[in-house]
Amino acid sequence: MAINNVWVFAQVSNGAPTTGTLELLTKARSLTGNVTAILGGDAASVAGVLGEYGATKVYATGDLAGKLPGVAVAAAMKAVIDGGETPDLVLFPQNYEGRDVMSRLSVKLNKTVLTNSVDVVVDGDTVAATTPIFGGNTLVTTAFTGSAPYLVAFRPKSFAAESAGGAAAQVVATTVPDTGAAGAAKVTAVHVEESTGPKLDEADIVVAGGRGLGESDKFAMVEELAKLLKGAPGASRAIVDAGWVPYSYQVGQTGKVVKPSVYIAAGISGATQHMVGMKGSKNIIAINKDKEAPIFGIADLGIVGDVHKVLPKVIEALKGR
Amino acid sequence: MNVIVCVKQIPDPATPGALDSATNTLKRDGKLILDDSDAYGVEMALQLVDAAGGGEVSLVSMAPNGETAGMRTALAMGAVKGVLVSDPALQGSDALTTAKVLAAAVQKLGGADLIIAATESSDGYTGTVPEQMAEVLGLPSVTFAKKVKIEGGVLKADRQTEAGYDEVECPLPALISVTAGVVEPRYPSFKGIMAAKSKPVDTVTAGDLGVSPAGWAGAGQKVTQVAQAEARQAGEVIEDDGETFNKVVAFLENLKVI
Repeated sequence: MAINNVWVFAQVSNGAPTTGTLELLTKARSLTGNVTAILGGDAASVAGVLGEYGATKVYATGDLAGKLPGVAVAAAMKAVIDGGETPDLVLFPQNYEGRDVMSRLSVKLNKTVLTNSVDVVVDGDTVAATTPIFGGNTLVTTAFTGSAPYLVAFRPKSFAAESAGGAAAQVVATTVPDTGAAGAAKVTAVHVEESTGPKLDEADIVVAGGRGLGESDKFAMVEELAKLLKGAPGASRAIVDAGWVPYSYQVGQTGKVVKPSVYIAAGISGATQHMVGMKGSKNIIAINKDKEAPIFGIADLGIVGDVHKVLPKVIEALKGR
Repeated sequence: MNVIVCVKQIPDPATPGALDSATNTLKRDGKLILDDSDAYGVEMALQLVDAAGGGEVSLVSMAPNGETAGMRTALAMGAVKGVLVSDPALQGSDALTTAKVLAAAVQKLGGADLIIAATESSDGYTGTVPEQMAEVLGLPSVTFAKKVKIEGGVLKADRQTEAGYDEVECPLPALISVTAGVVEPRYPSFKGIMAAKSKPVDTVTAGDLGVSPAGWAGAGQKVTQVAQAEARQAGEVIEDDGETFNKVVAFLENLKVI
């Protein structure tokens, strides 16, 4: 089928569209000239940038007044579709809000979802999404078999965000219908966790720690090295599960996907679930005691050694520069 | 307070995953264990019921071949009963069908004040089932909860966000998904393991729950191609002799990042 109408679930952070939103708009406009952004919030200040990256129109709900976006934006999308719009494809970012909106919408429309995708391909009558599995060693292509709209969620950095120099998107106000009991959850306070360095999924250098650090206090070494390199600290699932660091540090299949210039894996063996989140890094340095650790199979520089001995020396050498 | 926990029984993640050559879906025919991600939900449910001073924790699960090994682990931790949906017709179900099936299983148990699931499973990790279940059941939800308490019949949770976290309040009944590391799952005691053997697990089919179409017919998606990704080549691997830190520094220097 021809793809004539693509929607992108758009997100705004600190007054600007997120990088993920711009990535999806860039992909969307390669499929059709008719790209619509759907935003849970106010679009007045972002319509320019959304248009520049390919959106011709933006449906904006206005302030959600504490409602969680999952319920509210999905209901708004359904109302627009009930009003006669017919999106062929709806693109979501694979993140907290993207997943919620997509899930709620999939039930409302009774449509299947494809998640963790890195690309979507339209070939004749077939629309298919590509997903890496088994730590990224295998790429699976899955085609939709039912009728549109097709719902797909993409990992960060699946596409490069490129401006098309388009005119500002036309803002269309849309209202969130009454969501009843399902919409009863309310945000009562917002906490921004101050982080001095770059964000994990945007950092040019990531230093990540794993179980090989031995105990939670030793994660300080990882943080210190990350700071020295002006990078971000990350973690394997094992130490997130163990409660050493918050979930937001997790790199991997169930955490953040990172593609920095340099990824330093300290005491990380390289479980499949971790590798899928970092193997796109340009350069990988691994330090691990076990020379059989799978991480060495993808590292550009592998040090078979004790992180407690190697990391402090690296830190000292960098401090002395 | 009654809590239902969604638990998935998955192939042991320690063994390499494989695709069924006929269907290109994950092989799930060997021994199945409780997904680690679900142990957090079970533990949280037990703690919330304790804090409420009464009630019980029940389980819902969907698995092939009447598999209950993973559910027994959760029962050994302290859950009292479960509903297992096991039906060859469910093979190949997509996340939406799974959500409908689990929602029907929840209703078979008569609902609950709170339903808990992990944010995603460790094997398939589609990551949409909890929120889809909430929508099917018409319930409010708080996903990615990393701290949860019930006060005066209201759920209060800290919800993970890109920037930090939100405090969210939600009336019951509700559904939450919890992140890993949110509580410390208990190890089942010997007594718990013995008791779990005789706890009731009601095994039903999709038809019993009135859910259709299930499985391949209802999936709305089909794997069309499986390809090997371009392999990344291993580079230099050296044993640490006390001086390898120089190699790391030189490597970084070479890339002009320091």
